[in-house]
Amino acid sequence: MVALATAEPIIYPAVGAALGIEHVSHAFDIDGAALPVLEDVSLSVQPGEFVALLGPSGCGKSTLLRLIAGLEPPRSGVLREDDVHIKGPHPSRVVVFQDPTLFPWRSVWNNVALGLEAQGILKRQRSRVDAALELVGLAAFRNAYPHQLSGGMAQRVALARALVNDPKVLILDEPLGKLDSLTRITMQAELVALWQRKGFTTLLVTHDAEEALFLANRVIILSDRPARIKADIAVNRAYPRHRGDPYLVGLRKEILGLLGLDATW
Amino acid sequence: MSTYSLSDAIAAEAGQSTSRARDSVGWLRVAGPGIAAAAVWVAFGLACLHWEDRGDWSQTRSLGIAGFVIAALTLLGALGADHLGKVGTGLRQRVPWLLVLGAFVTLWEVATAKFAWLPLPFFPPPQAIIEVYTDDLPKLLDSVFASVKLQLGGYVIGALVGFLTGVSIGWSRSVGYWVHPVLRFIGPLPATAWLPIAFFTFPSSWSASTFLIALATGFPVTVLTWSGVASVSNAYYDVARTLGAKPSFLVLKVAIPAALPHVFVGLFMGLGSSFAVLVVAEMIGVKAGLGWYLQWAQGWAAYANMYAALIVMSLLCSGAITLLFRVRDHLLVWQKGVVKW
Repeated sequence: MVALATAEPIIYPAVGAALGIEHVSHAFDIDGAALPVLEDVSLSVQPGEFVALLGPSGCGKSTLLRLIAGLEPPRSGVLREDDVHIKGPHPSRVVVFQDPTLFPWRSVWNNVALGLEAQGILKRQRSRVDAALELVGLAAFRNAYPHQLSGGMAQRVALARALVNDPKVLILDEPLGKLDSLTRITMQAELVALWQRKGFTTLLVTHDAEEALFLANRVIILSDRPARIKADIAVNRAYPRHRGDPYLVGLRKEILGLLGLDATW
Repeated sequence: MSTYSLSDAIAAEAGQSTSRARDSVGWLRVAGPGIAAAAVWVAFGLACLHWEDRGDWSQTRSLGIAGFVIAALTLLGALGADHLGKVGTGLRQRVPWLLVLGAFVTLWEVATAKFAWLPLPFFPPPQAIIEVYTDDLPKLLDSVFASVKLQLGGYVIGALVGFLTGVSIGWSRSVGYWVHPVLRFIGPLPATAWLPIAFFTFPSSWSASTFLIALATGFPVTVLTWSGVASVSNAYYDVARTLGAKPSFLVLKVAIPAALPHVFVGLFMGLGSSFAVLVVAEMIGVKAGLGWYLQWAQGWAAYANMYAALIVMSLLCSGAITLLFRVRDHLLVWQKGVVKW
């Protein structure tokens, strides 16, 4: 994995899809009352871009991801993938959740194979599963069961389970949120390397400004619930980035200011 | 195990003069229970052969000899356990049981056949039960076969119907709407309460009993399968859906495997309640099976036959549960810490 992390920053031609989010609003029904979570969110993401969504906890970031994934329809507004209206989930847009949610009754290999099996193409393309496991460095654990894995390993398997589908859009819902800080730093570097190799469009929800700046081309700041776009910040820095880079440190201060946390820094 | 090696190490340090004495103490500690168990079984053999029987039983002599054979095997096993590998360790673990069992059988023999402290014929001696197995074997085997056939048929039908119903209720709201009230109304009723109705509505007592066993099995299987399917976390469905899963995949590859631990609890509970129905049905309606054999033996005051049938029944029920748990362990290897039977 270390080799992956320090891989040369060659940017391959993007295979990612463009995303269009047009005037999307959404609300939840809680005890009969509508609780607005997203308010007129418009955002357009270029193919191959790495966009981080940053906002206070509970602001509706994850809801936006669920809408993009097609797991729920929005109350109003339109979401598009390459100009195609998103009307339901599709394996071209795969989500990695905060919890790895591996299926405990399936071995690591069979967990990774899940998408190909669901699409009915596993029999012809078994090697893709092996390749995905190789990619996250867990080929040796192919027969292990999820309860035998550490948190970081489980999240890597979840990542492999997403990548085996060759998604055009990778949707990451705080995938590193529950990992210890050391594993987190390693996996951040791995994520960048994977993104650069594969060229998919990436959307990352996080509440960690440093993580967003280390990974993304673009950081979107969301307001408190109901979430609106507060700022759209471009991060013009080549990869691999360094956490101590004064440019990133400056941006971080700016972001924390936007989130109303500048007093703590 | 570590405590043994620790005491060995202490013994080695204590000097050679005391080590020999300690060795023999250690040897006695290991082999002692085996010798005691063998002695108890010798006592059983002697008790069989020494005193006159207070009744007319043909197998007393063979039983006494069997006691000596068990004693010899126990002694051999206890002394040579180290050279017998796995069998030896297994035997050593069971030595306390062998001892208690021997004492119990000896007491039983003495209290019934020899001094009749317990009234005959209600408390038959061990040789009377052995006699049943040697003399009445064909009828007993027929009964076993009939019981197994009836139980298996009813259980498989009940388990399948219960499983399918449970999955349907857990999965589909509209199926739940119609089936749930029926289940609540009929399910808690003990299956035996249906007995009178079942026996005149069904064409044969065999089909009626199959229905009742299926009913007794079906209810717990349905409820637990349903609760298993209903409690599957939505996160699993979300993951599968984003990976391109169709509804059939969600049912067969997500809901059912996730619910399987619950299903097995239902299958276990269903097995227990179906045994009860089986025996009652055989006693009342079906003219075959172990329940019928028990009833028949009671009619003839053949108490030894009743005990013999009870022992067989217990072995069969326990065997069925063992089998079920084996299947479960095989299918649920991915679970941590499942209960061992």
